[in-house]
Amino acid sequence: MKELKLMKGNEALAEAVIRSGCDAYFGYPITPQSEVLEYLSAEANKRTGMIVLQAESEVASINMVYGAAGTGKLAMTSSSSPGISLMQEGISYIACAELPCLIVNVMRGGPGLGTIQPSQGDYFQAVKGGGHGDYKMIVLAPSTVQEMVDYVRLSFELAFKWKNPVMLLADGALGQMMEKVEFFEQQPRKTKVEPWATVGKPKDRERNIITSLHIQPDKMEEINLHLQKKYKAIEEEEIRFEAINCEDADIILTAFGLVARICQKAAQLAKEKGIKVGVFRPQTLFPFPYEALSKLSSSPKLKGILDVEMNAGQMVEDVRLAVNGKTRVEFHGRMGGVVPSPEEVLAKIEEKFVGELV
Amino acid sequence: MNEKTMLEESTLDAAANEEVICCPENVVYEKPDTLTDTPMHYCPGCGHGVAHKLIAEVIDELGIQSQTVGVAPVGCAVFAYNYLNIDMQEAAHGRASAVATGIKRVLPEKFVFSYQGDGDLAAIGTAETIHTCNRGENILIVFINNGIYGMTGGQMAPTTLPGMKSTTSPYGRDVETMGNPLKITDIVATLPGVYYATRCAVNTPNNVRKAKKAITKSFEYQKLNKGLCFVEIVSNCPSNWKMTPSQANKWLEENMLPYYPLGELKVPNDKEK
Ligand SMILES: Cc1ncc(C[n+]2csc(CCOP(=O)(O)OP(=O)(O)O)c2C)c(N)n1
Ligand code: SF4
Repeated sequence: MKELKLMKGNEALAEAVIRSGCDAYFGYPITPQSEVLEYLSAEANKRTGMIVLQAESEVASINMVYGAAGTGKLAMTSSSSPGISLMQEGISYIACAELPCLIVNVMRGGPGLGTIQPSQGDYFQAVKGGGHGDYKMIVLAPSTVQEMVDYVRLSFELAFKWKNPVMLLADGALGQMMEKVEFFEQQPRKTKVEPWATVGKPKDRERNIITSLHIQPDKMEEINLHLQKKYKAIEEEEIRFEAINCEDADIILTAFGLVARICQKAAQLAKEKGIKVGVFRPQTLFPFPYEALSKLSSSPKLKGILDVEMNAGQMVEDVRLAVNGKTRVEFHGRMGGVVPSPEEVLAKIEEKFVGELV
Repeated sequence: MNEKTMLEESTLDAAANEEVICCPENVVYEKPDTLTDTPMHYCPGCGHGVAHKLIAEVIDELGIQSQTVGVAPVGCAVFAYNYLNIDMQEAAHGRASAVATGIKRVLPEKFVFSYQGDGDLAAIGTAETIHTCNRGENILIVFINNGIYGMTGGQMAPTTLPGMKSTTSPYGRDVETMGNPLKITDIVATLPGVYYATRCAVNTPNNVRKAKKAITKSFEYQKLNKGLCFVEIVSNCPSNWKMTPSQANKWLEENMLPYYPLGELKVPNDKEK
């Protein structure tokens, strides 16, 4: 029997963390995601023995994650935009040391202290680096509370499969809104000891060293080449996206996260006006579904693409790369915590593609 | 007998006696198993090498090599994991105690220690250090205080003495504008989370013996789960102090130790033990 619950996004995510068999959470409060730490503090340890620790800062949190992840355990943190900025040093180290972990970013409006209202202003930071050096995180973008839940488990799986940090990138509204969710069964805590983990060296193996330091340039380049090869493989195997009514659309809306749902509503409104609008939603932001979008953009019927985001135009750069001039790409963005409405998106479609639509 | 034949004779004698002399009963010192054969990169006379050796000896003597995880710093000891034959993680500058916290929390039965210089622990990592101590994590922090940033070429550290020259205090540390040296061990000793705090040195054989004792005690205390052990080792940096090793050790004795007096700053209450 399906067990459906009405739950706030952040709490549903925290519940999924416990059910994933997570070993340790280290975090620091910041709106709009403090419920993750609060929920885990109340629930996690008594249910599974999971470690939940409120650190003194985001800098400390991510480094605690590094330590725990190095022992081969399921370790994670969560934060929101300014806190994630503080974690960038640690994320770069974790990526280079090839440790699996989950980092949840429930984004708020910036730059600076900004606003606690929802935003998608951290796309670049999540997808294009953020910290120093050439590294990538796998970035998953849920658009429902259900996906907040499902992506937690998926994140841990991907993190261990690729020995790489995974970021679950949601906006503040997804963290705060309540929706119906179905949970997966409680998973047992992992008992397998990873061969690379620093858990104490038995007599019969070499010591395990977790480091991101490779002082010789040729060695460092070798590490970089290895990482790039891994990212290439991730691009081949882990692309996830959703394309709704895109095949014979007049206009395609591209959007991620919550905004993709607003775009679906806008597409319905457009249908009533006789305009065929499809919605293309990347579920993985790295790896980005370039090829799928490229194919769709060569449809002869297509008048163009409108990319909608809660930022000044960040994912639209990847949309343009995918489209590569095959069709017109327009952008509509809201910032500072303002959420675009479906009517507003429809009006933008009509405005940008005036005269070309029936 | 001339010198040459004396030498030859003694070599012959030595060869004849080899079997007798080289026997287990006569072994006075062996390289600890926890110390690898890798030649260390430290400058001649530097205290880091001695401190590493002490940690390796203690781990050997306590038989905890398979149960110990160490955290290396950013600083001259960044390669500590090349010399210690145990599982180790290398941390970002200053973050070693947070990394050690992460390890210890998920592996509470294991022995966890961090090894950090003064720039690492007392400058960029002050927050992590204070809070790790305050939470009373059951780990050992080995704090090497050489009064300077060694690795980056001799800049001023929080522990640089008043008037002491460095590349960023070329006229000597002016406490009016650069602040006073930070006595970190004194600070952490006041925190209830710290179970044992002591200041040692490795400049003389006697001090080396005391430092080893402090490290041994700390690992033994870790089994009790009573809080953090903090071992400061006042050390030298002959290269950046621009001295020979023996001058550096003398300078340490005359200048560092009056400011950073040796001795236990916090000892476990006997009843608690
Ligand atoms: C974030 C960051 N800032 C600065 C540095 C450069 N850095 C490397 S070692 C070091 C100083 C280390 O000094 P200390 O901890 O006293 O160790 P020592 O070299 O004296 O043993 C600095 C500033 C760095 N690696 N990372
Ligand atoms: S620079 Fe100083 S601290 Fe570093 S190895 Fe040389 S003597 Fe030791």
